[in-house]
Amino acid sequence: MTAQPDQAALLLDMRDIQKRFAGIPALADASLQVLPGEIHALIGQNGAGKSTLIKVLTGYYRRDAGQVLFERKPFEVGSPHQAQVSGISTIYQEINLVPLRSVTENICLGREKRRRGLLDWSAMHAEAERLLSRFSIGIDVRRPLSDFNTATQQMVAIARAIGFSARLVIMDEPTSSLDEREVSVLFSVIRQLKADGVSVLFVSHKLDELYEVCDRVTIMRDGRTVRSAAMSDIGKLELVAAMLGRDVAAVEGHATAFGERDRSRIGDVLFTAQGLAAGQLVRDVSFDLRRGEIAGFAGLLGAGRTETARLVFGADRRSAGEMTMEGASYHPARAADAIAAGMGFCTEDRKAEGIVPEMTVAENITLALLPKISRNGILNEARQKEIVERFIRELDIKCSGPNQKVRELSGGNQQKVLLARWLAMNPKLLILDEPTRGIDVGAKAEIQRLIRKLADDGLGVLMISSELEEVMEGADRIFVLREGVRVAELEGQAADEEDVLAAMAHGGAAKEAA
Amino acid sequence: MSDLATPSAANDAGNRRFDVFGFLARYGTVIALVLLVVFNLAYTRNFATLQTLNVNLTQVCTIVIVAVGMTLVIATGGIDLSVGSLMAISGALAPMIFMGTIFPVGNIYLAVAVAMVASILVAGLFGLFNGWLVSRFRIQPIVATLVLFIAGRGIAQVMTNGNLQTFRVPQFQWIGLARPLGIPAQVIIMAVLVAAAAWALHRTVFGRSILAVGGNEKASELAGIAVSRIKLAVYAISGLCAGLAGLVVIAINSSSDANLVGLGMELDAIAAVAVGGTLLSGGKAAIIGTLLGALTIQLVRYTLLANGVPDAAALVVKAGIIAFAVWLQQQHRV
Repeated sequence: MTAQPDQAALLLDMRDIQKRFAGIPALADASLQVLPGEIHALIGQNGAGKSTLIKVLTGYYRRDAGQVLFERKPFEVGSPHQAQVSGISTIYQEINLVPLRSVTENICLGREKRRRGLLDWSAMHAEAERLLSRFSIGIDVRRPLSDFNTATQQMVAIARAIGFSARLVIMDEPTSSLDEREVSVLFSVIRQLKADGVSVLFVSHKLDELYEVCDRVTIMRDGRTVRSAAMSDIGKLELVAAMLGRDVAAVEGHATAFGERDRSRIGDVLFTAQGLAAGQLVRDVSFDLRRGEIAGFAGLLGAGRTETARLVFGADRRSAGEMTMEGASYHPARAADAIAAGMGFCTEDRKAEGIVPEMTVAENITLALLPKISRNGILNEARQKEIVERFIRELDIKCSGPNQKVRELSGGNQQKVLLARWLAMNPKLLILDEPTRGIDVGAKAEIQRLIRKLADDGLGVLMISSELEEVMEGADRIFVLREGVRVAELEGQAADEEDVLAAMAHGGAAKEAA
Repeated sequence: MSDLATPSAANDAGNRRFDVFGFLARYGTVIALVLLVVFNLAYTRNFATLQTLNVNLTQVCTIVIVAVGMTLVIATGGIDLSVGSLMAISGALAPMIFMGTIFPVGNIYLAVAVAMVASILVAGLFGLFNGWLVSRFRIQPIVATLVLFIAGRGIAQVMTNGNLQTFRVPQFQWIGLARPLGIPAQVIIMAVLVAAAAWALHRTVFGRSILAVGGNEKASELAGIAVSRIKLAVYAISGLCAGLAGLVVIAINSSSDANLVGLGMELDAIAAVAVGGTLLSGGKAAIIGTLLGALTIQLVRYTLLANGVPDAAALVVKAGIIAFAVWLQQQHRV
């Protein structure tokens, strides 16, 4: 850690925070120091522990070890509400106010003004107006909150925080649902807060924003604080490297199980996408994929990788762009169209979009296959059994049998079940979104070897991974996405890690001028 | 923001406890049913007679017929409050056709056939409307089906001008009164429906899709299952079942009163499904369980009445059993 600020001057001092969930450490050695009147960025990959750290601070979770000082006094709260009363307010990504009640009610909720036992509405309206006017917002505070747009609702949430005389306001990805104009209004509010001596803890994945508005940054990885520095002392490339854990010199040897690639196995063009776009998240993505090739999508969180994959699979509607599959134009309206065209999609969120937990291993494997193992709508049990047993054997799925509930399997085996679901379709193109996230090292290597073997057998694979080595060593070509735009195309394996990082950080493949 | 680690250890603990509760949740209904039969054999006079069996079966039939459709709807994670009102609609429409209120009747057999098919289909169409609201507009099922829960009975009353229709048409009433081989016709219908639904759930693509949609809708959509069509289908089937049950009720009564046919049926059917072990959150469907659940509720009521407990008190006991069954499932789910 560098640049330790003067301890006596700290507003918030969290040290050696540890938190385990069911024995698994979510925070191993986290610390966070915030000065009075500063805008402090908190960044890290998904699962780095940012949310957990915030929830420990605001009393949502109880920490296992470590100390928290707020204004030089030990800070112990049992709930986010207590934290709010004690001067730490949190504004969440999804604004958790009461949409159908008036702006005034939302601002004054929990600290209503009373006169002779009755609610003093005129005083509360005046209070709400006063708080909002600090941000030059003049709205009718008597109208329900839901009448206003997201940005205004966010301002109301901030005003509410100030109303509790917050000394620290935590903003969890506040800009994710705002457009550019709204973001600039939010930033001026944040600067106003700073001028009033209020500190802001700003969680965001958009690097440009951090540089625009933040004074200092704390970087987390794997439940630890790996670095904290003044924004002006750390370059974008360094920032990304620290987030991904690439601050060590060049990696020796191979970190994954992908191994060397026989490139002669790559065939003709299977799929192309030109200028894909949808909403704010995907703005201009073009790429192509050959038979037997593994194409990797690299990019930071929010770069639009998953969203692009969903467009390709027809899970979301695109607003622009052309695609071809096997030379024919391809317009998926829903997932079933993609499946009919020979695609499969292992989603990033295994639990929410992948497995059907209450169903058996066999039922999960055959979920996309039902039309093919039935006649006139009646399932062919023998055919199902044959297929399921083959995949359990081939992928070495560890289960008590085809009839075990899939929710009882480990993460790695659930992932294999999902792979089996798509492989059973005999697809031509397989999209793998974070195929090895949250599974143990052994299963991870197994899945990586399997992906390579599938590609060797002629399958086109589109792989999204937040683990740089997975993309660097697994992919034959790397497409780097940044804020919804494909900013670079690089040769896999031969690619220079720094080029990939540079493209992820600021869009160009060129080395950063230090 | 996905830092919430999976509490796998907690799951393990749940699995160990699951053994006791899991057993009860699985076989509790059967055990309760056996206990009830044993109790009645010992204490209730004239229990072990064909007549008692027939009385209980005929009373439970309509509930089971409706509950079969309800089980499918609940398996997709939905619910159908409109079934009682749809029974009233089909119960109002059928006599109007075979008694010649709408158009003159030539051949009574033809008229009865048209009446039965048309009223069941109309109920099915209303069910389809429910499914349309749920799948097209993503209205919460409880709200979507509340529309016809309220309006349906009104429609039935408007159709009949609120009049009681009485009739004596054996060509129609076999559905509630005939006893081929001594077995009430509606019991046969019920048995066929239960068997067909149980078979479809386990052996067909449609059944598998229902459970998948209820178990994880997003995953099902991504696996290419036509989620909207499945939802349309289950609500339509629920409507068809309700239409059929409405005919059985008016056949038994020789009359049709739009105010009364199917009144409170939605709750009886949901109760049978819940007691039978189908999760109200979807993804699971125990058709045989639904049958056993309906039988249990019916037998409790019969036992209490046959032993001199007033009907009002019997209702409280019925509620208690439902609460217990649902609590048991909650334990199992931990």
